[in-house]
Amino acid sequence: MQKFLAAVGAAAILAFAAGGAGAADKLKACFVYVGPHNDGGYSQQHDMGRQQVDKELGDKVETSFVENVAEGPDAERAIERLARGGCKIIFTTSFGFMDPTIKIAAKYPDVKFEHATGFKTAANVSTYNLRWYEGRYVMGQIAAKISKSGTAGYIVSFPIPEVIMGINAFMLGAQSVNPDFKVKIVWVNTWFDPGKEADAAKALFDQGADVLIQHTDSPAGMQVAEARGLHAFGQSSDMSKFGPKAHLASLIDNWGPYYVKRVKAVLDGSWKSTQTWAGFADDDIILGPLGNMPDDVKAMAQGTIDKIKSGQFFVFTGPIYKQDGTLAAKEGEKIDDATLLSLNWYVKGVDDKIPQ
Amino acid sequence: MEMLEGPILTIITAATPLLLAALGELVTERSGVLNLGVEGMMAVGAVCGFVAADLSGQPFLGVAAAVLAGMAAAALFALLTLVLVANQVASGLALTLSGLGLSALIGDAFVGVPGLGVPHLHIPGVSVIPFLGPILFGQDILTYLAWALAIGVWYVLFRTRTGLVIRAVGDNHVSAHALGYPVIRVRLLAVLFGGAAAGLAGGYLSLVYTPQWTPNMTAGRGWIALALVVFAAWIPLRVVLGALLFGAISYLALYLQGIGIGLPSQFLSSMPYLTTILVLVVISRNRVLLRVNTPACLGQAFVPDR
Repeated sequence: MQKFLAAVGAAAILAFAAGGAGAADKLKACFVYVGPHNDGGYSQQHDMGRQQVDKELGDKVETSFVENVAEGPDAERAIERLARGGCKIIFTTSFGFMDPTIKIAAKYPDVKFEHATGFKTAANVSTYNLRWYEGRYVMGQIAAKISKSGTAGYIVSFPIPEVIMGINAFMLGAQSVNPDFKVKIVWVNTWFDPGKEADAAKALFDQGADVLIQHTDSPAGMQVAEARGLHAFGQSSDMSKFGPKAHLASLIDNWGPYYVKRVKAVLDGSWKSTQTWAGFADDDIILGPLGNMPDDVKAMAQGTIDKIKSGQFFVFTGPIYKQDGTLAAKEGEKIDDATLLSLNWYVKGVDDKIPQ
Repeated sequence: MEMLEGPILTIITAATPLLLAALGELVTERSGVLNLGVEGMMAVGAVCGFVAADLSGQPFLGVAAAVLAGMAAAALFALLTLVLVANQVASGLALTLSGLGLSALIGDAFVGVPGLGVPHLHIPGVSVIPFLGPILFGQDILTYLAWALAIGVWYVLFRTRTGLVIRAVGDNHVSAHALGYPVIRVRLLAVLFGGAAAGLAGGYLSLVYTPQWTPNMTAGRGWIALALVVFAAWIPLRVVLGALLFGAISYLALYLQGIGIGLPSQFLSSMPYLTTILVLVVISRNRVLLRVNTPACLGQAFVPDR
């Protein structure tokens, strides 16, 4: 009897091992999205990056994704399930996944983690981020030129440094064209809620704003702008089809090249924990398609983009004054990355208080 | 005065989905059936409406599809609770959860597609009266339907024999049955009406309010509508008040932020719920009023000859 059981046990273990070995042919790269993979915005752009990995490395890599993962304890479970399920590199694509990622990474040292828009790293955790503020500076310039009322409406989600950076860069850009430009800010406390975003857009337009910019992910605001004959900027993906006459430009995330690079690094064993913060220079963000604006505004915008791309111009170059009047950067001085990544103050001219 | 035109228009349109869903649920509950599945019916209405409008290119086909989808979901609920005599609370919750999930499944291929929108009314000459013109005569068709429905529900429930029968069934189904009224049939029709209204409310969201489809776009409005019915003591005109109040405070919360009032945004987000509950509870303090209007057999299963 005992010999029989031992034989069965050995056979089972062999079967398991064989099965496991068979599945290890292709590298598993897994993605965690905070919203739907086809939300027409932020998560969709990540998914397009994933599809680029499929296209370029499909013979060696198998990708999969989990969508609509809420930031918080659910995220921990979702990430852990992926790590346990054999994923060798996991991309967690939202700021709120930061702590869950670090926690799970500590449990699975052989799995590589890439966390977007965060700032905590570990031996097997990299962070990657985009210099969206570069795009927002140009958007500020365009807004100041296009706006007739001199006021823009800004729909924002949560007071994290990335969002504050965006507001500040937008204002700096607008002020470079019109020093008296104003911005009205509404916090909707969500990354994605079309109804609420539409309401916020209407409230802002009712208060005299005639250009809308958002740091939330649905195209609802663009639709409201189109219905009212005003202008709006899109976020994360090309939103021109939601507002053919209203659309000025969209700040498009282009994650594909970075994803391909990192998966390749895992494949050839050269992966190391890094902190990447890319922008216009590597085409990781694209501001386009520029439309519904006079040619001279288009040329100005393109000129600024080119200057930023070539390194000639850095958005957060002094003199920059804080909201309370103190000097944050002297003439010609550049604010460093560390300060930007933990930014918690507004530049002068912003009429709002950062929610605590 | 000019300044108020925009906000008032927005508030009225924000209140419309709440009003539609709440009116439907009011009729259902007046007949004695507690249907907690409003959110699920709204969701399937929203997705089916959007899909139909997108595939056919006709917004009104979308509206019809939304109504039919809501009715189909309600029919399922009616089968469970009226025929199979399942627990109404549990069935309603199941309807909500499965409705939300099913809507996400159906709508998966349609996320990120811009919608067509429904045409607004334009009565020549009258719509251009400043201020009153757009508010009274420039709305979209569904908003007018919601107002008409409010008046219609009130009239039918309190001024017609049909309404009397509905309320009788809801107050004492045993006596109603003894008198010869078809309790199950009355409740079935009331549930279907509730489903149609909830489906229409969902369709309004995906076809008019934000012409697009995204999963969970109902964002809890079904639950708010349910609460409105109860806090309004099952009185149609108070439901209108509640819906408008909720819409107004929601809008005000966002508007105040834009002005630059220093109140925390999270506090402002909770204001619509707190204010509406407070106001409706205060005006419904009268115990006699409450007792008269609460359907006495709400949520109780009815089986003839038992």
